[in-house]
Amino acid sequence: MKTTKLTKYIRRYFPYVLVTAAFLICQSLISTGTMPRTTKSLLIPVCVYIVMAVSLNLTVGISGELSLGHAGFMAIGAFTGIVVAEYTGSVFSAPEWVQLLLAIVAGGVLAGIMGTLIGIPVLRLHGDYLAIVTLAFGEIIRNVLNCIYISLDGKKLHFAFNNMNIDGKLLFRGPTGATGVTRIATFTAGFLLVLVTLFVVLNLIHSRSGRAIMAIRDNRIAAESVGIDVTEYRMMAFVTSAVLAGMGGALFGLNYSTLAPSNFSFNASILILVYVVLGGIGNITGSIIAATVLYVLPEELRRFSDYRMLVYAVVLIAVMLVTNSTSVRGFFDRFRDKEQKQRKDGPENKTGKEGAHHE
Amino acid sequence: MTAFLSNLINGISLGSVYAIIALGYTMVYGIAKMLNFAHGDVIMVGAYICFCCLFDLGLHPALGVLASMVVCTLLGILIERLAYKPLRQATSLSVLITAIGMSYFLQNLAQLIWGANPKSFQTVIPAGSVNLMNGQLKISYVSIVTIAASLVVMAALSTFVSRTKMGKAMRCVSEDKGAAQLMGVNVNMTISVTFAIGSALAAVAGVLMCSAYPTLKPTTGSMPGIKAFTAAVFGGIGSIPGAMLGGILLGIIEILGRAYVSSELGDAFVFAVLILVLLIKPTGLLGKAVREKV
Amino acid sequence: MKKFVALLLAVVMVASLFAGCSSGESEETKAPVATEGAAAAPADEGTPAGTIKVGSIGPTTGDYAQYGKAVENAIAMAIEEINAKGGLQFELLGEDDQGDPTMAVNAYNVEMQDGMQVLLGTVTSGACAAVADVANEERVFMLTPSASSPTVNEGRDNVYQVCFTDPNQGASAAQTIKSLGLGEKIAVIWNNAQDYSTGIYQSFMEKAEEIGLEVVADSTFSDDSNADFSVQLQAAANAGADLVFLPIYYTPVAAIMQQAGAADYNFKFFGVDGMDGLLDISGFDTALAEGSYMLTPFDANKTDDLTSSFVSSYVAKFGETPNQFAADAYDAMYIFYDACQDLGFTSETTPQEICEAMIPWMQSYSYTGLTGENMVWAADGCVSKVATAYVIEGGQYVSVD
Repeated sequence: MKTTKLTKYIRRYFPYVLVTAAFLICQSLISTGTMPRTTKSLLIPVCVYIVMAVSLNLTVGISGELSLGHAGFMAIGAFTGIVVAEYTGSVFSAPEWVQLLLAIVAGGVLAGIMGTLIGIPVLRLHGDYLAIVTLAFGEIIRNVLNCIYISLDGKKLHFAFNNMNIDGKLLFRGPTGATGVTRIATFTAGFLLVLVTLFVVLNLIHSRSGRAIMAIRDNRIAAESVGIDVTEYRMMAFVTSAVLAGMGGALFGLNYSTLAPSNFSFNASILILVYVVLGGIGNITGSIIAATVLYVLPEELRRFSDYRMLVYAVVLIAVMLVTNSTSVRGFFDRFRDKEQKQRKDGPENKTGKEGAHHE
Repeated sequence: MTAFLSNLINGISLGSVYAIIALGYTMVYGIAKMLNFAHGDVIMVGAYICFCCLFDLGLHPALGVLASMVVCTLLGILIERLAYKPLRQATSLSVLITAIGMSYFLQNLAQLIWGANPKSFQTVIPAGSVNLMNGQLKISYVSIVTIAASLVVMAALSTFVSRTKMGKAMRCVSEDKGAAQLMGVNVNMTISVTFAIGSALAAVAGVLMCSAYPTLKPTTGSMPGIKAFTAAVFGGIGSIPGAMLGGILLGIIEILGRAYVSSELGDAFVFAVLILVLLIKPTGLLGKAVREKV
Repeated sequence: MKKFVALLLAVVMVASLFAGCSSGESEETKAPVATEGAAAAPADEGTPAGTIKVGSIGPTTGDYAQYGKAVENAIAMAIEEINAKGGLQFELLGEDDQGDPTMAVNAYNVEMQDGMQVLLGTVTSGACAAVADVANEERVFMLTPSASSPTVNEGRDNVYQVCFTDPNQGASAAQTIKSLGLGEKIAVIWNNAQDYSTGIYQSFMEKAEEIGLEVVADSTFSDDSNADFSVQLQAAANAGADLVFLPIYYTPVAAIMQQAGAADYNFKFFGVDGMDGLLDISGFDTALAEGSYMLTPFDANKTDDLTSSFVSSYVAKFGETPNQFAADAYDAMYIFYDACQDLGFTSETTPQEICEAMIPWMQSYSYTGLTGENMVWAADGCVSKVATAYVIEGGQYVSVD
């Protein structure tokens, strides 16, 4: 029994260990100057995409809602973060880390508010309809951002809709987005944000609420019949996911000097979804690894091959076909049966583990 | 007034393109119960095939349209057999991801074959317009042909589904796959035929769309594809007149939104309408209500 | 099941890594070959100075591909000519950014890693501003052939432009329309997602008001919505416009002209430098562009020695007539070559040293090349240059003067 408990703990804290180890390795590579600058420039986006993938996994994997609008929350976070950072920087001349912290918090809060507003109608739907509506909301967010102009005039922020002639220095210019942003995002901040995300998501999963959310995913009607408030728990997962996405977005926004709403099209949402799916639905460690590998590889291979995106697409289809194909499934089931038989003979019996996590 | 009428006609014309795409979408969704994200990219392939026939081979436009229909039909069947058929029993998420993968695949393949640089599609319909109200109101030939084509396609499809044996099989499969199989309907065959028809329609839509909006690049089809799905949902998924109505209404909403509110908000209006419809009448304008089974 | 997915992923990952490594090697070997191809020159190794590494970043694929390709081709050609002279040797590092700011910064990072000493780029304005931000911090000199927006060098002393600036273009467009009497009622269709288009639009509107041009319709689009222009054309027609001013890139220009042609609108069109490239779009019916006007500093039909030799060798090498982007890029490379000779740069000079030496040098320098005579630069990095209006006749640019 003792070993199972231990493995359980290892399993639970493995993501933290993994991320921390990766961070330390990267830091030591940077300090010795052996990390190529192209790789260095990918560190912060990788942190952001880990946050995005883990948070989307909360919606898709744990709560079982297919969301295709995650990049919308990221966009809200990014532009809120940029405006907040510029504002606190020039009005209160706050130090950079304070700007960054405020930007991330503000990005998370605003994305959370939007998540709540969107969640109310969206979570009345299910399945493909829910997916298409989240996609629609993602696109609406981007279109509306295309019409918003924000300027800083002395100590006052001006907002305008569809009108670029406003006083002061334009911080955000509709479809052109934000330009000349001071890049204050740091790798350490990215790492801390990943830790915060893991902390929030893993604790939620292992809490009473998390079990309720998963019960709803597995059988909504059964969950409802035992008195679980379906709307409340689905909402909890959806909004938490939005908040985290907004925080990630704020960090993302402050990593680039130029950022336009078109960077957050539904293709961006799908990219994140692909990380989640290939990392394993509901598997947090998988999301971390998939986000890292699948973000870094195409970037590193960018100059080498025109075929990389084609290969990406083929791998995506192949993984889906293989994991769902009955013959492959049968092959692995046979494998597992054997394994389980052996376990039954031994002192410890760990059945059900695989089955419980099945899709 | 003439300005409004012109915009209205532009909207109907755009809507007719959406309608033809939506007809394909609604059939596939109604029968295979899957969100075929790659449908928009089949449109793009159709347009490229037609472009090659016209521009590189110098063929007659009619041959170009025919060639693109043939290629797209085959492509549709191939996609269904290779990627979707093995996933009949899989969760809808897996099917959706596969469709997204297929969409990426087609876009990147097109980029490798034809390059990422936009091409200027040569219209298959002669330029020019019909002048009404002393030349105040111009209706281009492209609009007229597009609108007419969508009506013809809808009528033909309705007849096919309601009158032929294959149409009957399709309706059976869309009601209940298992029962249809028990009654001796060849489900796989029926689904393949559905994909074939949907893809042939996509080819027509691609040619008409690019004749009206001539920028052709590998991502040309993705947005219209999504909007057409919106149109199909709007009209009631699975319903042929519904897809037509949804497409045309969507086109009008988009153009009027862009003309009278903001050129940035056309898409936002389209999606806002979708959300409203789903919340108020989840089965769409002309869809049938389905009870949730416990 | 999960294990299997993980396993498969790991396999793919490892395989891709190997693919990456092996193609990495081939790239290593490819790079010198490419320059040799471009250089076709006395062995660039062994010369005492070594090769100076010149960076170029531009959209060689995508919506603005003709600009990126023209710039990269022209710089490669200039380098080949210079290398053939012996003496200082150059090597081109070219990267694609598809006109996207994020990709441009990535490309910049790649080139810096490869030892870039100066950047002749980037090609498009939005991407250029993003790269300029980083380059300004790291003190890397940028001489952009074609990024014409003032946002490119605003507040940055390390960015100089070879092309004329947007405010300059917008004003001369208005002036030309007025002086040639091209239109009474003008409609403007512009892209509000681009610094480039916004800048020209603003200066055009100011100048138009000043000299009394009547702008009757003003509509926008963004990169998201650049397929359908029926609404914008309709607005122009309803307002009774006879001339449409298009301060945008060539891809949407082609779509606008085709839609206007299909719907039988009889507008005249007036474009700026972004319209260059229109006639080379595959499938575009050049008859639609007949009688359209555009501004450009470069005329491929000029008969002076410099132009004719540039055009003939460009045509021989790349099989197409060079546009103004090629001409600007060619000039940029020769300007940098002059600087290298004057200031004694070698392959050992750091980008920072080049940057600090170039800034004062540019302000005291005067250059006569393909795109202008006696060009001089102000401290803000802008060039003084005249834009001439051309009209498209018989698929050719013809000077209106």
